[in-house]
Amino acid sequence: MATSEAKRGGGAGLGGILHFLALLLVIVVCVFPFYWMVTSSLKQQNVILASTPQFLFQPTLENYARAFSKFDILKSLQNSLFVALMTVGFSLLLGTPAAYAIARFDFKGKKDIWFWFISNRMLSPIVVALPFFLIARNFRLLDTPWALILIYLTFNVPIVVWICADQFRNIPKELDEAATLEGYNSFAIFWKIALPLATPGIAVSAIFSFIFSWNELLYALILTRSEAKTAPVVATSFMSGYELPWGQIMATGTLVALPVIVFSMIVSRQLVRGLTAGAIK
Amino acid sequence: MINVRINNRMKAGKKKKTYSSGAWFFLAPAVIVLFLVGIFPLLFALWNSLHQFILPKVHSQGSFLGVWPLFDAPFNWFGNYVALLTDQSFQEALTRTLIFLVINLPIQLVLGLAIALLLHKPGNELLKKIGRVSLVVPLATTFAVVGLMGRLLFNLDFGVLNYFCSVIFGHRLDWLADPNLAFVSISIMEDWQWTPFCALILFSSLTMVPVEIEEAARLETDKWWHILWKVQLPFMLPGITVILILRTADILKLFDVVYTMTRGGPGSATELISVFVQRIGFRVFDQGMASAQAVVMLVIATILSRLYVKYVYKEI
Repeated sequence: MATSEAKRGGGAGLGGILHFLALLLVIVVCVFPFYWMVTSSLKQQNVILASTPQFLFQPTLENYARAFSKFDILKSLQNSLFVALMTVGFSLLLGTPAAYAIARFDFKGKKDIWFWFISNRMLSPIVVALPFFLIARNFRLLDTPWALILIYLTFNVPIVVWICADQFRNIPKELDEAATLEGYNSFAIFWKIALPLATPGIAVSAIFSFIFSWNELLYALILTRSEAKTAPVVATSFMSGYELPWGQIMATGTLVALPVIVFSMIVSRQLVRGLTAGAIK
Repeated sequence: MINVRINNRMKAGKKKKTYSSGAWFFLAPAVIVLFLVGIFPLLFALWNSLHQFILPKVHSQGSFLGVWPLFDAPFNWFGNYVALLTDQSFQEALTRTLIFLVINLPIQLVLGLAIALLLHKPGNELLKKIGRVSLVVPLATTFAVVGLMGRLLFNLDFGVLNYFCSVIFGHRLDWLADPNLAFVSISIMEDWQWTPFCALILFSSLTMVPVEIEEAARLETDKWWHILWKVQLPFMLPGITVILILRTADILKLFDVVYTMTRGGPGSATELISVFVQRIGFRVFDQGMASAQAVVMLVIATILSRLYVKYVYKEI
């Protein structure tokens, strides 16, 4: 009994200490590369290039000033924000009803539709990058955020469908049946009953599609030139040249990654809870 | 209409969902948009894959109905596909990608499971809270930036990981110049980024195991793996399927990290299939060949995910 007490932790005993150390290791490993990037962005080039890592140093904002003067980083961050928010909005608008249909209705070809949604995510951007480029050129969508928003729907709608279908399935059917008896039609049931109850899942899928859109690189490299450049594209534009300006690279990297990381950390409770598909029991 | 039908069902004692008339009303918007945005380029890629479509050599011939761009690329049946079968560098890139998948997917799954169990275990509540939040950090980091971090961390002269290497092993390793080590280092960055995703999904599956069942099981047995296998695993199957499918698809199309960290080098040691196809399509400019390769990739990804759904998780 004593051993099993220890095994259960409770913060005491050998098990508890090992548990503590293992958790600590996980945290350090998760955070360290990010910490290193942020601190490197505040270092002078010669401090970065020191062969013994410098944990204590005189912080400087020089790298940020230089990066800002070289590229229109603010503009690219704005572009990224616009593209990500629009993508999330449209993905939810299209994805939640589809998820509801898959969770609640039985119809011919349902399996195939579901699989088709999912397989949109399998599609490597490489496959459709050039065709989409040529088609977007025909519609004069190149170097506009709309080309990116449209193509990002192909991998974000599936995420919404996937997560939300799971969420809708967990809403007791008795609720639908009761509502039907009250005279609700199926759209009213979806809008007034299912949607509010599925909020955790919807929030999670919104967060994920925000992250995926913000972070996308390949399409953005191909479909934007100057006006609509997104933040990740700018972050990779330092990579040529002989001696790399590490401080500036890390400064841009920080500016690109930090907003999403902070946002995700704030909503992390939501994120974990929403992944719990059985939230409503 | 639906009302009546459901009432009838209920009278008949059937509770199963069988009404269907509204389904297309809900599905149509998503299906139409995805069809227009997803299928057009895909068909175009298929068309490309059957042509000798070398970018500098083809000329635009206007467009069909203002939508479908036309080119004068010569049709060459399945020439590109036949060439693929004998193209050694394509096969190498494919093999490399499959090796990358077979090594890293289990690592992410097992480490993710271990972390999920750590977070699920009672005790050290504050640290678990911090742990859950810090798991989000790798997950949310821009993929391209992960590659940039990798270049900084693994650098031969001033990389901090290399510094730790020199402390532990007594010498530095040239991570990004040695073919095997470069492969390992992109694997490490990929696992760093995606293990937390697996951990969070599995952790939330674990919280779905009813407390009473888990408590009862703990009274029955003292061995954690019995509980894991018999009690917790069934609840994790849907999550595991999600992980298998999403991670397989993502690894098969993995691009950003490799592109910013090694560009496929040294030589072609880390040239995974997407990086390879990107090189053929946008640096060699053989779009016909690149499309054929991409179509083959798509087929492989689809087959794998069908298999996962069939054997791991049957219910949708």
